[in-house]
Amino acid sequence: MAFYVVQFLTGLASAASLFLVASGLSIIFGVTRIVNFAHGAFYMIGAYIAFTLTERLSGAFGFWGGIVLAALAVALIGVIVEMVLLRRIYHAPELFQLLATFGLTLMVEDLVVLIWGPDDLVGRRAPGFKGAIDFFGQNIPSYDLFLIVLGPVVLGILWLLFQRTRWGVLVRAATQDRDMVAALGVNQKWLFTSVFAVGVFLAALGGALQIPRDAVHHAMDLRIIVEVFVVVVIGGLGSIIGAFVAAVLVSELNAFGILIFPKISIILVFLVMAAVLIVRPWGLFGKPEAPARKTPGLTVNPWRPLTSNERLAALAALVIAATLPLFAGNYALTVGSEIAIFVIFAVSLHFLMSVGGLASFGHAAYFGLGAYGVAFLAKMAGLPMIVCLLLGPLLGCMGAAVFGFFAVQLSGVYFAMLTLAFAQIVWSIAFQWVSVTGGDNGILGVWPEKWAASPSHFYWLALGVAALVTIALRAMVFSPFGYALRATRDSLLRSEAIGINAKRIQWTAFVIAGTTAGIGGALFAYLKGSVFPDNLGISLSVDALVMVLLGGVETVSGAVIGAIVYKALNIWLVSQTDLSKLVLGGFIVLIVVVFPKGIVGMLETLAQRRRKSSPPGSPLLAKPIESAE
Amino acid sequence: MRARNTFVGAAFALLAGGMAHSAMAQDIKIGEINSYSLLPAFTDPYRKGWQLAVEEVNAAGGINGKKLVVISKDDGGKPADAQTAANELVSSEGVAMLAGTFLSNIGLAVSDFANQKKVFFLAAEPLTDAVTWSKGNKYTFRLRPSNYMQAAMLVEAAAKLPAKRWATIAPNYEYGQSAVAVFKKLMSEKRPDIQWVDEQWPPQGKIDAGPVVQAVAAANPEAILNVTFGADLVKLVREGNTRGLFKGREVVSFLTGEPEYLDPLKDETPEGWIVTGYPWYSIKTPEHDAFLKAYQAKYNDYPRLGSIVGYQTIKSAAAILAKAGSSDPEKLIAAAEGLSVPSPFGEITFRKIDHQSTLGAFVGKTALKDGKGVMVDSSYKKGADYLPSDAEVGKLRPKD
Repeated sequence: MAFYVVQFLTGLASAASLFLVASGLSIIFGVTRIVNFAHGAFYMIGAYIAFTLTERLSGAFGFWGGIVLAALAVALIGVIVEMVLLRRIYHAPELFQLLATFGLTLMVEDLVVLIWGPDDLVGRRAPGFKGAIDFFGQNIPSYDLFLIVLGPVVLGILWLLFQRTRWGVLVRAATQDRDMVAALGVNQKWLFTSVFAVGVFLAALGGALQIPRDAVHHAMDLRIIVEVFVVVVIGGLGSIIGAFVAAVLVSELNAFGILIFPKISIILVFLVMAAVLIVRPWGLFGKPEAPARKTPGLTVNPWRPLTSNERLAALAALVIAATLPLFAGNYALTVGSEIAIFVIFAVSLHFLMSVGGLASFGHAAYFGLGAYGVAFLAKMAGLPMIVCLLLGPLLGCMGAAVFGFFAVQLSGVYFAMLTLAFAQIVWSIAFQWVSVTGGDNGILGVWPEKWAASPSHFYWLALGVAALVTIALRAMVFSPFGYALRATRDSLLRSEAIGINAKRIQWTAFVIAGTTAGIGGALFAYLKGSVFPDNLGISLSVDALVMVLLGGVETVSGAVIGAIVYKALNIWLVSQTDLSKLVLGGFIVLIVVVFPKGIVGMLETLAQRRRKSSPPGSPLLAKPIESAE
Repeated sequence: MRARNTFVGAAFALLAGGMAHSAMAQDIKIGEINSYSLLPAFTDPYRKGWQLAVEEVNAAGGINGKKLVVISKDDGGKPADAQTAANELVSSEGVAMLAGTFLSNIGLAVSDFANQKKVFFLAAEPLTDAVTWSKGNKYTFRLRPSNYMQAAMLVEAAAKLPAKRWATIAPNYEYGQSAVAVFKKLMSEKRPDIQWVDEQWPPQGKIDAGPVVQAVAAANPEAILNVTFGADLVKLVREGNTRGLFKGREVVSFLTGEPEYLDPLKDETPEGWIVTGYPWYSIKTPEHDAFLKAYQAKYNDYPRLGSIVGYQTIKSAAAILAKAGSSDPEKLIAAAEGLSVPSPFGEITFRKIDHQSTLGAFVGKTALKDGKGVMVDSSYKKGADYLPSDAEVGKLRPKD
């Protein structure tokens, strides 16, 4: 019996640190609607700075003072980030801020190694909480007891802050309806900044408090960020109490789950999240999002098919790309094939995200399923390459059909997180089912047949498929189905009112996007000759998001350009510099600031402005230009 | 809008292609790949090690008079990116051979690439048995003692313990799974009387140490096998110390004696664990002294196991290239099979039968000295003594 009590308390202690970080993320999202990918980075910097301070400052005061100082210092960094970077892009399309915070995260991962060195750092134990307390023969670390108390205390302070102060009232109001808060004359700038600072403070405090239990190292951020997102979503976005309950739920399930299924912790949080979201689409304590008030279509350049000139230009570009094997070496061709495959992947996500308004955080699942489909067919059934390429993507299609059915019942960030959960579930099946998938060691030897084996032939194959897929999806955007899909994106209520079966349309779009991603994955398997669980992983899903956002989420061809720029830059930087993450992250942040609509979005805006500034009806304006020429 | 993008792609491709040529005719190039950005704690000393080796090789006249150049690439911890890097090294840099890698899945990916493209590959670190056995191929050689070998070394010491009830804690991926499987198999052969009472499989890098420690303690084992390392090990040790998990229990642990993993533990180092590792401070052989001196003179830092692996990888590669006198992969294979080279741990041989080197490891016990973790009572175990019989190996390895 004592054992179960202690296991329960241990779970509570784990929950406390999870809650601190999650509550910060929840507050930030609730008010600013920023999906703060950099939250884990702030958590990590908090731990690093606290390590330095607690090593320098001596005594009990030095330790606790160091922890608090570290959290404050990181909050200050957060304020600077918010004012310098995020303020510029609040009006950018939804999720664009994710790109900025992703860039920051990449930079921080390299920076901490530069500053603190590559070794794992182990900090001091907390003065006064070094030992354990005996509980009927079981030991409970006293630091755990401290954390168990701290969790509810922080919850209480936050509750008081939100219920009893004017600032808290404003924050709650903004969480509910920030347009209304702005309309009432509240200075949103400072409200957002202060909320961001509080959120970052909590993240950094969570990181700093890990010092007596954990090692400080440069991958801490990734370890926590996904889990924290999950906790926030299970609890309901913007709900502090929800975050607390979810943190306790996840930690306790883990603490007791490993007694029965020792291998469960790898996937547990995602199973819980999927289950919660299917039953309660807005999390345990969340409220349904109010229907969007503004019409998104108004801010965007209206989409139109390519003019015949543009079509010719695109065709010319394709022809030029197809001549690459005439003058480029094998390496360039293989990189070209990889880029073409990622174009397929990016346009498939774009179809779901930009056209359908459904941002998937787990799109790699269908890419990877396509790859595994090919690997199974080629290695187990021994089918020829053409057949594998045709049938392999069907695995992605089936996965999308099953998961898409559940996912499209939700919208917004909840949709994104459910797709993430499904992707993680697929990933862990690939990872754990060693006898079939080879687990971590993957499936090797999936090389193309002779006719496609040479780099130039494979390049032509990949380029051809990429062109076909891009054209097909583009045609679909401007087909009646595409218009219906865009209608569900722009206004669910109105589209349903005119008789569009929104869920069915979205589901269909999900299956199309998943199948297309599977085609990319199938080619990828042959390009690399092997398939690994990585091909289904979170980082690949994030890559796809970054490509679409980088190109411009509100454009038709952004994904193509985004994929080419991001992939080419990534491969090139990794090959050229040891600090590829720092440079790539810096580049992304720069793009975000300079091109807040993405690369293509910005180009389109410029083109339109030029068109507007010299209309035929303004000879006065046109004349000086002519004379200047 | 396709227009612009494809141009960008073409431009980049041209750029990449343009960098292909710069091979100086008189240099011999080795293409090296490792997870530099993902695992700096290991790869930083590793890089220092191979840089020292390159310096020494060239100071001694290079390879048959030609200068040795190592071109190094980061794989970011992703098998797919490792293949891109391998492809760049082979197709555009024109390297004579590939070397390196840390993670097992990346080692396998590059080994499969080498097999497909017919390139010589010397795997430095990946521990999985598959590299030389179930997925072995004729182009791939491996330096470090495999999972099986390290397990066999530990079993030798563990079987002497009186403990009968054993629990295991291992990261939930191929390395952890196969380490536990081999250890269990070898151990049960030697000691049919032992019982396996609990197993914990925390996700790699994400151990929730409190509940894991508590769960293991509840099974009340007499001895524990640990396979976690890095930050997971730190958390496990800290929780285990506070909760008294290790008190009165024997612990056998993979890799924990390596400075990379032992040093961060500082004064929390648990005492008396039976571990594999690298006690650089207590090895007194002329070969190692020479290496240690050179390393400390160059870097003003002590070597980690990664330094040895990096150093010996390039030293072995240079020896293979020198003996082959050519960069033809078939000749390199012929040169490498059965080749004996000196190493800081004494002479090692690349076995013909499975392309595994006989580099060994040190087995000893952990102890606390001046607030730091050290390995004591350590002895060097030769790799050759801990491999299965040739007949068994022949069965494990696919025919070329």
